[in-house]
Amino acid sequence: MSPESGGAAAAVMNYVFPNDLHVHWSLMIVLYPYITGIVAGAFIVSSLYHVFDVKALKPISKFSLLFALAFLLCATIPLLNHLGHPERAMSMMLTPSPSSAMAGFGYIYSAYMVVLILEILFIYRPVVVGLKQRASGLMRLIYGFLSMGSDNVSQKSLDLDHRIINFLAGLGIPMACVLHGYVGFIFGGVKANPLWATPLMPVIFLLSACVSGIAGIILAYYVIMKFRGSPIDLDCVRACVKFLWGFFILDFVFEMLEIFSHGYMSTHHWHTLESLLWGPLFNSFWIAQVLIFSVIPFIILTWLNLFKVGDKIIHIFAPLISFMIVIQVLLMRWNVVIGGQLMSKSERGSVFFHPEWLEKEGILPAIIIMLLPLVILYGLGKIFPFSLEKKPETASD
Amino acid sequence: MDRIRAEINNDRRAFIKKVLNGTIAGSLLLVIPAGASEVAEQLSGMRAEQSIFTKKRFAFIVDVTRCIGCGSCCVADKLEYNVPDGNYRTWVERYIIDDEDNVYVDSPDGGLGGYVEPRKDIPHPVRDTFFVPKLCNMCKKPSCVQVCPVGATFQTEDGFVLIDKERCVGCGYCIQACPYSVRFLNPETKTADKCTWCYHRVRKGLLPACVNVCPVGARKFGDLDDHESEVYKILHLPHVVSVLKPGMGNKPALHYVGLRREVV
Repeated sequence: MSPESGGAAAAVMNYVFPNDLHVHWSLMIVLYPYITGIVAGAFIVSSLYHVFDVKALKPISKFSLLFALAFLLCATIPLLNHLGHPERAMSMMLTPSPSSAMAGFGYIYSAYMVVLILEILFIYRPVVVGLKQRASGLMRLIYGFLSMGSDNVSQKSLDLDHRIINFLAGLGIPMACVLHGYVGFIFGGVKANPLWATPLMPVIFLLSACVSGIAGIILAYYVIMKFRGSPIDLDCVRACVKFLWGFFILDFVFEMLEIFSHGYMSTHHWHTLESLLWGPLFNSFWIAQVLIFSVIPFIILTWLNLFKVGDKIIHIFAPLISFMIVIQVLLMRWNVVIGGQLMSKSERGSVFFHPEWLEKEGILPAIIIMLLPLVILYGLGKIFPFSLEKKPETASD
Repeated sequence: MDRIRAEINNDRRAFIKKVLNGTIAGSLLLVIPAGASEVAEQLSGMRAEQSIFTKKRFAFIVDVTRCIGCGSCCVADKLEYNVPDGNYRTWVERYIIDDEDNVYVDSPDGGLGGYVEPRKDIPHPVRDTFFVPKLCNMCKKPSCVQVCPVGATFQTEDGFVLIDKERCVGCGYCIQACPYSVRFLNPETKTADKCTWCYHRVRKGLLPACVNVCPVGARKFGDLDDHESEVYKILHLPHVVSVLKPGMGNKPALHYVGLRREVV
């Protein structure tokens, strides 16, 4: 196995085409939809407050946008690390091939980035203006730039900001859906791969994105509040858990329906899928993704939402379930991206794949890339206050 | 006596002259490089001045009933392109079907070493056995061209699917999209790579390297507009001809004679 293939195909079952021994899309391509999914999901959380007026989510409405931005800034890193020629990456935007599902990513990503940054700037403008007045030196310069040159915080000006924010948040929802639905389509459009080639792929990717974003926000909220020693807003957590449950029902049901439909139709593709799901993917799909990280959180989420549970229980289970669901989505990405490549197109055999720690696309680079958004988030927090604590209403919100 | 000696001297002079002439001529031949035109044209009409290569309709035919699994084609291909170990522009599969209808397929090292030894792990009596050479299908509707984000994989006017390695970003999307797994990421150039049906040879009127070396004529190549070509005759006369994975809708230009239903 060459190091370029990104891991080791340890064992081969039956006959595999000679070129199928390499798993070309490895951990980096697992992280790519994972990160964009978290971005899309976090944005949805913010929009639930800004557009759909879910008041309980106010404490995390600003933070979730910064959370989305931190991850969005890192979304291209795994891709660039994966490319054989990253120095040619801009060709995708400068001279794209219009028939390619991949060629649109640069445009969708950039457009979404612009909307997200603008929304953050408008939402934070009154805060930034206040901070600018108190700051000095370099920070004053930074805040001056971030306030977009306007110190006007009159009611009229804030009302205009509010309308712009509503518009951007409204525009951001379809864009977040397009961003991640599109990532699903990159896989769903590969007709040569029976695990990927399903019109449900964009839907499943989108729903799992919402789930991972909400779970990621709950987890981050708990970690930050515990770290700061601030009280946790239970109404906000309960609302998040409710949305997490709702989206997870859809997500999990679609994931299972997809497998069930394939099995029920039993076309010749199913026989290949069957040997994959009950072969090399058995542990990571059925045991880990479905049984441990889907069924258990699903039962607990149902219990938390249908029964009156005490605050203490919520405090224990909300972060725990969120952690499990963040892992579930990562497993789902792994099982789709890696799983799809374990079946040979010979339709007769499959390979096993074990990532290595220190290679270019190995486990250590993956961990570093996943930690990077958290470092960026910390940095963003130094400029834009997360405003996680409950405060009286302001016009900007 | 003197006369006889003079004649011998004459012969010597003539002999030395001939040797010198031969040496000079031989050296000149070594110094002046032999162009493609020195090699006889293998694809008729390709070197004619009025020949328009973009108007050609090339086809590749593999005759499964002829292949003996010697691996010469794989060796020729590896030498022609210096293919890195563990990657394959072409390979030969061995199929064995037993009395219980179990199908056993293998292709150790892509069949590069030839199938010298029979398989010893078949539990039942063997009903049928055959070899299937694989290479780029040169699809008329290639999914690799469709998915390439930068147009590095493209289709020429004469139907060849080629890769511009100066443009390829090495994303691997084409490798995922190819239903036949003929593509690989070249570990040296970090770009996608695959069989080209020896486009550089064909343009010079030569057969692809694998076709050239096949000792049994299992690999055939030619222009379908040339009604004297073997490929035209095979595809236009009653033969059992099929393509791989027709359900993919890629419309391969690579055809197989005598392909069994077990072959994927």
